[in-house]
Amino acid sequence: MWIYEKKLQYPVRVSTCNPKLAKYLIEQYGGADGELAAALRYLNQRYSIPDKVIGLLTDIGTEEFAHLEMIATMVYKLTKDATPEQLKEAGLDAHYVNHDNALFYNNAAGVPWTAAYIQAKGDPIADLYEDIAAEEKARATYQWIINMSDDPDLNDGLRFLREREIIHAQRFREAVEILKEERDRKKFF
Amino acid sequence: MFTTRKQYHPYVSPFDPCHPICTKTYVTPPNLYIPFQPPNLPQFPLHEALKKGTLWKVFYDPYYGPYETAYKGDIQ
Ligand SMILES: [Fe+2]
Repeated sequence: MWIYEKKLQYPVRVSTCNPKLAKYLIEQYGGADGELAAALRYLNQRYSIPDKVIGLLTDIGTEEFAHLEMIATMVYKLTKDATPEQLKEAGLDAHYVNHDNALFYNNAAGVPWTAAYIQAKGDPIADLYEDIAAEEKARATYQWIINMSDDPDLNDGLRFLREREIIHAQRFREAVEILKEERDRKKFF
Repeated sequence: MFTTRKQYHPYVSPFDPCHPICTKTYVTPPNLYIPFQPPNLPQFPLHEALKKGTLWKVFYDPYYGPYETAYKGDIQ
């Protein structure tokens, strides 16, 4: 089970009315390397992996939902007061005719989220390597969004999220080391 | 120690249609260099760690965009 805390993991501030940024951010909402895919990927892999690393998948999978909520807040703030005309200018006209101002799990190009984005091979090493790759791809995606964004407050939040991807990648690499069982001294955090 | 930004110089043809970008950069984050975190690494103070996204100084590797003029952007 989970316990929900009614606050964001990191404060989300957006300083400019720029719905175009929402179009980019949606990549991390419903894209292949986005937060939804990450959360579902890790939490699902927990059932067929050695006990030693189940807790790690629970922790990181749970944190990804906290990240998803931050991205949702950013998109919401950027689009809630946007007129259809502004959404059109931002390239979100197709989104508008389908969803009005509602959020939806699709990527920046409008492709809906699919379970095909995530893998579960049942082989612990294969699955952890997939997770490491997913974290590096998410880190890179945050870099490309930061490159496109001129909103300093938004970038501050994106920088935090990107740093978390670095830590996640580190922990998944350590999980591989644990499963190799060749370490002379093991230490768990 | 290690660096987390690298450069390379792709081939430039005299017939390239766009103005060439002679230096390309990419990121090699700290997690590539530390296979398993050793004990007793230096930490940030707690309130700072919450802002930065990590407790561990060695893993802190912030990335800035080209519009963030207060800092040098990570791409030129
Ligand atoms: Fe992550």
